[in-house]
Order: sequence, then structure tokens, then C-alpha cells
Amino acid sequence: MASENPTASEYIKHHLQNLTFGQHPDGSWGIAETSKQASDMGFWAIHLDTMGFSIGLGILFLWLFRIAAKKASVATPTGLQNFVELMVEFVDNSVKESFHGKSKVIAPLALTIFVWIFLMNLMDLVPVDFIPRIAHDIFGLEYFKIVPTTDINATLGLSLSVFFLIIFYSIKMKGIGGFAKELTLQPFNTPIMIPFNFVLEMVGLLAKPVSLALRLFGNLYAGELIFILIAILPWGVQWALSVPWAIFHILVITLQAFIFMMLTIVYLSMAHEEH
Amino acid sequence: MNLNLTLIGQAISFAIFVWFCMKFVWPPVIAALEERSKKIADGLEAANRASRDLELAQEQAAQILRESKDNAAEIIEQANKRANQMIDEAKEQVIADGKRLREAAQAEIEQDVMRAKEALRAQVSVLAFAGAEKILGATIDEKAHSEIVEQLAKEL
Repeated sequence: MASENPTASEYIKHHLQNLTFGQHPDGSWGIAETSKQASDMGFWAIHLDTMGFSIGLGILFLWLFRIAAKKASVATPTGLQNFVELMVEFVDNSVKESFHGKSKVIAPLALTIFVWIFLMNLMDLVPVDFIPRIAHDIFGLEYFKIVPTTDINATLGLSLSVFFLIIFYSIKMKGIGGFAKELTLQPFNTPIMIPFNFVLEMVGLLAKPVSLALRLFGNLYAGELIFILIAILPWGVQWALSVPWAIFHILVITLQAFIFMMLTIVYLSMAHEEH
Repeated sequence: MNLNLTLIGQAISFAIFVWFCMKFVWPPVIAALEERSKKIADGLEAANRASRDLELAQEQAAQILRESKDNAAEIIEQANKRANQMIDEAKEQVIADGKRLREAAQAEIEQDVMRAKEALRAQVSVLAFAGAEKILGATIDEKAHSEIVEQLAKEL
């Protein structure tokens, strides 16, 4: 911890700082000890906690689903296979409802997004001090943030990947010319309005990844912040607030994962379709 | 809240996860699901077919039952007819037998009557002679009058 008896604001700030690894301004590599050091590292630094947890959860997801996929049989499914089939069917239906093109990537992409984001969001329900305390006392790590989706880098990393897929599919389906036409000849189909159209469409295009990333980040960050605020209350009353909030948050984390998945499908199906 | 390499790291791990999911998770699960749904569809169709077959079989069974009922009724009717016939035959037989027996008895009776008459006739002449003897108090020439008596007896 930053100090033995942190003030409320110190405590909150402490909880919102990622474990950052990067190059110090003096040229040496290492883990940032303070948030100033972390921000001084600039772009060429990496959040070890975000990466670690997101990759760990991603591997957990793929491992679980791979086990079920290997055993997938036509006979009566049980336990894990049931669950996996439920998820796959749910995602498959969502994709079929909104996406009318043919693509082998969209459905697995949507499944990965949904389950992975859900698992990352789920970390929000772990009591806020639980894992950071272990990380601090056992591994001596100053900062530790276990919810990857409260890190803007994680959500932006996902949404930018989706953004590149949107551009990729737009060009693949409509050609560069078609994509350019879509950006310049809408909504006013006259050559004079091309600059105006372009600005408008560009904003619309760029708003997609930004809104995707910020929606997920904002929801989870706010949720996490409220858990932290609850955690600085006297310990005897914490449960009265954290339990209802956690129950409500179960809805939020599922909903946010679902929204991210649905919007990804919708954006990609828009990229597939001619206007 | 700094933008840094984590962004790219996330994008890369995301790409890898999606690729893995696409290659090793999605196809087998979807294949199993599709196969199962096909199997269920087949099963439903088979059930439909089976119920149709059942209906058909029931109809057939009902028809067979009906036919056999008809047959049975016919057989019973025939049997009844036959029984009636037999009864009639038996009755006729009995009637004929009775008639025959009665006739035989009658013949016997007649024969007996005749025999008795004969015996009577034989006795009558003796009685007549004895009576006449007593009445006349004299012996009658049996030989001379027996012809008359026998004549008389014949008239009886």
C-alpha cells in the first residue's frame, strides 16, 4: 500500500492504478512504483495485471470450451457440454438474427467477445481488496487491478480490432471504390457535398470503436469505483451496500458483454451490406 | 489510465483467441449441434411415421376384427340353422318311429284280437253245445249239428 493508513482519496487512487511495466525516464526497465512513474513511461509500457488477467481468462475460456468441443457428441450432453452448447447456440442465434452475410469468423468472434468480456467483467465481483492484498503481501506488487475491462487499453484493444475488421470487410465486400463511395457520397449524393459527407461519415465510422470501448470501460470503471467507495466504509456496514450492488452488477457485466457482442455483429453486418 | 502497449497486447491476444476459437472450439460444437438437431428431426419424423403406421395398423386390426365378427356371426347362424335342421330331422325321425311303433302295436293288438276271436270261436261252439244240451235235455248229435254251430261261429 502507498502508506500504512491511506486517506480515502489515496486509497481510491491506489486501487485505480495498474501494475505497469516499462522503461523509466532514466533508461532503466522496471515496474512503476508510483502512478507518476507509470505515466512517465509513456506509450511503451505494459499493464502486467491487465495482460495477465485477460490472457489468463481468455485461456480459461478457450480451455473450458475446448474440453467441451473435444467431447462434443450427439448423445445426451451433460454438464459442461450443456453449458458450452447453450452459449454457442445463443451466440449463433444472435449472429443469425443480425448478420445475413456468410462469414466463418463472425460467429466465433462473437462467442469469444461475449465469453471473454463476461469473464473479465466477472472479476469485478471479486472483493476489491482481495487479490491486490495477496499480490501486495505475497508477491510485493504495489499496484494490482484485477478487472481488465476497467483498463481503457483492454477495451480499446478489443474495439480497435473490431474496427479493423469493419474496414477489412467493407473493403472486401464493396471494394476500395465502393468503400470510398460509401464514405463520400452519403447522405448527400452530389459531388459538391463530398467533403461534408466525408467528415460526417468519418465521425460515424470512428465513433463505432470509440463508443464500443468507452461504453464497456465506463460501465465497468464506474462499477469498480463504487465497489471501492463501498470498501472505504466501516467494515460492519459494507455488506449492506456491496451485496445489492454486486447482485445488480451481475446484470451489468452480462449486459455489457452482450452489448459489445451485439454491436460488433451489427457493425460487421453493416460493413457487409450495400447501402 | 494511460494508453500504452497494453492496447496492442490486448489486440494481439484477442486475435489469437478468436483464431483459436474459430479453429478448435466453434466447428466441433456447431457440428455436434447440427448433427443432433438433424437426429432430433429424424427422430420426430420417425415418430410421425410410426404413429401413422400405428393408425394404419389399428385400422387394419379393426377391419380384421369386423370381418371376423361377421364370419363368426355367419358361422353361428349356420350352426343354428344346422341345429334347427337336426332338431327337425330328429323330430321327423321320432314322429316316424312313433308312427311305426304305433302301427306295430296296433298290428299286434289286432293280431291278438284275432287270436282271441279264434279262441273264442273255438270255445263258443263247445259252450253252445253245452248250453243247448242243457236246454234241450237231450244229447244232440254233435256231428250233425256242429256244422250249423260252426257256421254260427263264423258269423261272430
